[in-house]
Amino acid sequence: MKKYTYTEKKDTRSGFGAGLSELGKSNPNVVALCADLTGSLKMDAFQKEHPERFFQIGIAEANMMGIAAGLTIGGKIPFTGTFANFSTGRVYDQIRQSIAYSGKNVKICASHAGLTLGEDGATHQILEDIGLMKMLPHMVVINPCDYNQTKAATIAIAAYEGPVYLRFGRPTIPNFTPADQKFEIGKAVMLNEGTDVTIIATGHLVWKAIEAGEALAAKGISAEIINIHTIKPLDTDAILKSVLKTKCVVTAEEHQMNGGLGDSVAQFLSRNHPTPQEFVAVNDSFGESGTPDELMKKYGLDSVDIVKAVEKVISRK
Amino acid sequence: MANIDELKRLSTQVRRDIVRMVHAVASGHPGGSLGCVEYFVALYKVIMKHDPKNFTMDGKNEDLFFLSNGHISPVFYSVLARTGYFPVEELKTFRKLNSRLQGHPTTHEGLPGVRIASGSLGQGMSVAIGAALAKKLNIDNSLVYTLHGDGELQEGQIWEAAMYAAAYKVDNMICSVDYNGRQIDGDVDKVLPLGDLKAKFEAFGWTVLENPKGNELESVISYLEKAKTFVGKGKPIMILMNTEMGMGIDYMMGTHKWHGSAPNDDQLAKALLQIEEAEKDY
Repeated sequence: MKKYTYTEKKDTRSGFGAGLSELGKSNPNVVALCADLTGSLKMDAFQKEHPERFFQIGIAEANMMGIAAGLTIGGKIPFTGTFANFSTGRVYDQIRQSIAYSGKNVKICASHAGLTLGEDGATHQILEDIGLMKMLPHMVVINPCDYNQTKAATIAIAAYEGPVYLRFGRPTIPNFTPADQKFEIGKAVMLNEGTDVTIIATGHLVWKAIEAGEALAAKGISAEIINIHTIKPLDTDAILKSVLKTKCVVTAEEHQMNGGLGDSVAQFLSRNHPTPQEFVAVNDSFGESGTPDELMKKYGLDSVDIVKAVEKVISRK
Repeated sequence: MANIDELKRLSTQVRRDIVRMVHAVASGHPGGSLGCVEYFVALYKVIMKHDPKNFTMDGKNEDLFFLSNGHISPVFYSVLARTGYFPVEELKTFRKLNSRLQGHPTTHEGLPGVRIASGSLGQGMSVAIGAALAKKLNIDNSLVYTLHGDGELQEGQIWEAAMYAAAYKVDNMICSVDYNGRQIDGDVDKVLPLGDLKAKFEAFGWTVLENPKGNELESVISYLEKAKTFVGKGKPIMILMNTEMGMGIDYMMGTHKWHGSAPNDDQLAKALLQIEEAEKDY
């Protein structure tokens, strides 16, 4: 098992804020909109550096999505910022009609996704957003794994023409992706080559997958670990190549099992190369208040849960 | 500017297009379309600075129009075609398979003249605000126009947008409401009364003009011209435009029943007797 280290834990939302600030300096067409969560989204730097390109919308997310769509008419590249819950479910029809169907170059940037939002509880812990967004035709869906990757993804999506959903989170987590690693939309990152099982993880679950890989190595199980930061378009070549070797797969995500990364992987494999698969995901349940760590344990999203899923899926080969 | 008689002849022809288009596919929304003919003719033939032959999505240094109540696509398509955005013959593809003229307007098939999909109501004002803000950032002094249905104002997003436009002084945008008092289920006053619309928009911080004669071309032109004099004065601008749903076809007026239904063969014949072929039918 390849050794991964990190010097500090950082939040992915700060990676977004840093990326946005960098874009502000390098691309005069980048504009940012926020629905009263500038501090939470770490958009303060951009707001301070480019007040004329920052739009405080107030608590009116539907209006924010429409204004973002309109700003593209005139060549702007709008980045909207609010919690994942209010970036997707609350404004689904606005995104569907004014952004996705209209083919507008809007970057929907969503923080506090999943259980790790923590104490605020289930009203804010959206676990359905990946599904909602991936169902929209031509919507790109990205869920990076750490600070550096979120920063790189933020910068990369400005250069892509079309609607993008960028999902990140609240807690500090190990920042292990090299700062100079190029972010390629739709291109999986191979974290560890192995032979017994493929673990495909996204977002906060990527580090958990690395921890699981170490625990599995101690038990003599060789795990191939793939970081799928882009859920749509899915890097099916990387997935197929890996399962042809390992012959079984575990997917891991901070999302409902219905509609998430695991779904996309299963859909692809069932049509192309049926493979035993286990899902580490929330199983048809809302979250609740608690610390991020407590919640990840209770809802079965910890590294031990990945280990268990691996052992189960290997037994099904 | 074309002379007023020519514009009235065009309006008559647009009415023919509308009823023929919806009749051909036995679906669509003739009522609101007929009521907004003068608005569209005034906007596209007199008021807006635009370049139909060289349509670009960005519309830099051109005036832009957003139709928020997308179901009145027949009038929009007819006027776009007859001002040169696309061939008039294409009107016969309305609502048919593989057409650029979808039931509700969309950018998806690349129809020149359309800059946003609409149909799901309440979204157009927000989009127009975004386009107006982009114009300000681009130091582009041209204007943004929108049209909304009165029933559409029941959507909450309209009021989010109205609040924002006033608070952030979006004063390069002229919105209009097709104030015909009818929606698909009946009179607006019976479905969900809007109350005092003028007072509401004024309370939100808008400049509000009331045009009691939204089906008189001269009046529509003069109110739009008057609205332009308020541009750049720190407030968004609204014209509440009284119209008659179904205007021009006797049996379609005075009722909500033709909001979303098309005439049959006999009804079409009866309608066409009332609106001559002023220009050439498609």
